[in-house]
Amino acid sequence: MIEIKNVSKWYGQFQVLTDCTTEVKKGEVVVVCGPSGSGKSTLIKCVNGLEPFQQGDIVVNGTSVGDPRTNLSKLRSHVGMVFQHFELFPHMTITDNLTIAQVKVLGRSREEATDKGLKLLDRVGLKAHAHKHPGQLSGGQQQRVAIARALAMDPICMLFDEPTSALDPEMINEVLDVMVELAQEGMTMMCVTHEMGFARKVAHRVIFMDQGRIVEDAAKDDFFGKPHSERAQQFLAKILQH
Amino acid sequence: MYEFDWSSIPGALPLLGKGLLVTLEVTLTAIVVGIGWGTLLAVARLSSNRLLSFLAAGYVNLFRSVPLVMVILWFYLIVPQALKGLFGQDIGDIRLVSALVAFALFEAAYYSEIIRAGIQSVPKGQVAAGLALGLTPGQTMRLVVLPQAFRNMIPLLLTQAIILFQDTSLVYVIGLSDFFGTAYKVGDRDGRLVELLLFAGAAYFVICFTVSRLVKHLQARFIK
Ligand SMILES: Nc1ncnc2c1ncn2[C@@H]1O[C@H](COP(=O)(O)OP(=O)(O)OP(=O)(O)O)[C@@H](O)[C@H]1O
Ligand SMILES: [Mg+2]
Repeated sequence: MIEIKNVSKWYGQFQVLTDCTTEVKKGEVVVVCGPSGSGKSTLIKCVNGLEPFQQGDIVVNGTSVGDPRTNLSKLRSHVGMVFQHFELFPHMTITDNLTIAQVKVLGRSREEATDKGLKLLDRVGLKAHAHKHPGQLSGGQQQRVAIARALAMDPICMLFDEPTSALDPEMINEVLDVMVELAQEGMTMMCVTHEMGFARKVAHRVIFMDQGRIVEDAAKDDFFGKPHSERAQQFLAKILQH
Repeated sequence: MYEFDWSSIPGALPLLGKGLLVTLEVTLTAIVVGIGWGTLLAVARLSSNRLLSFLAAGYVNLFRSVPLVMVILWFYLIVPQALKGLFGQDIGDIRLVSALVAFALFEAAYYSEIIRAGIQSVPKGQVAAGLALGLTPGQTMRLVVLPQAFRNMIPLLLTQAIILFQDTSLVYVIGLSDFFGTAYKVGDRDGRLVELLLFAGAAYFVICFTVSRLVKHLQARFIK
């Protein structure tokens, strides 16, 4: 579903990604972790072309992201993405947040889009909040709406960039629960997260990045059993202490 | 000791009213066209297209570097001559039209700077979220960024409108009878210049002060 082939990226002189190669198969859940600044966000943003890259290629469902002829908007419309800071549109109601892209991008009618949006809102347990603005919701609620907004586009896969790291601890689980459910339904997911509980529960593979390189790319049990690289071992030790 | 005599004002009110309408017409046209054209300039200036960005920056810098009075005079004296040369006939009284054009084009430069700051005040993540949903860059600008930019900018846009409202009095240089020009003419005619100018000043003050109070009120509401 997502093939990342020898991707390298530079910000000016600074190389953020070095020769990254991996793959997310259909129905697979892959967790990406690594220290701050290791390039996790950059890599995941390359997948839907939010960040350009200079070398290599990424193919999503048969479409090359790096090809200048690719219609990136069209590609993105069926790749869902959830951000660290939710990024709901603050000037719109929750319903409008859920429907705007359905109407403007997929050409659905307003009724159809609202119907779909409200169903998904119900699914994340927030139906009563449809008429509110994002600012009136808690962080956890906003992030659940953001997931519903992405799902409303009927994505073929979902990208998550640290979806719980801006949340107060007591709200993390309500978001993780939605993600777990999604994973169990067979959604293809690439998740940057340090929630190792989530990784243990639903991930098929874990990727560990350091300094722009994919240092470790292993099946979940292998990764948690005994990571090969020393760097990943240290990282795991540190993160599991908490 | 100067003896005030306000008696010529009541009779002049209809005339002054007409002048106020001209002032409002110039102000509103400049606001509407200025914000519309200014938005396009701001978007062009922030675009990744080098040429577009360069042209927009040139336009803005040009208009911001010349006095407004000169722009008004140019559009009154030079542009009509050029048009006359083109069409080979007289085009009648163009004072109002030339003032409208001059103000709209001039104000657009100022509005575009306000709007550019407004666009930049919208977090980058909002653009990423719009694009990630499959909206095109244009749709993201129109549906996601600009509404938030304008909401942030309302106080500044209104403040600029107040300045503009006062600046329209500069049309006296082309003999257009706006509110100020009319007051001046009436005062001159009746030998009561001091009274008429005091009256006009008071009227400007009341209008501008009221609007700026309104802006403060809006600001308080938006920031809460
Ligand atoms: N626009 C940019 N210009 C220059 N350097 C950048 C830019 N964006 C990111 N970087 C650098 O690229 C590196 C990777 O950043 P990235 O955000 O991908 O890291 P990350 O693994 O997601 O970190 P975190 O866990 O803090 O989110 C960092 O060193 C960062 O400083
Ligand atoms: Mg990151």
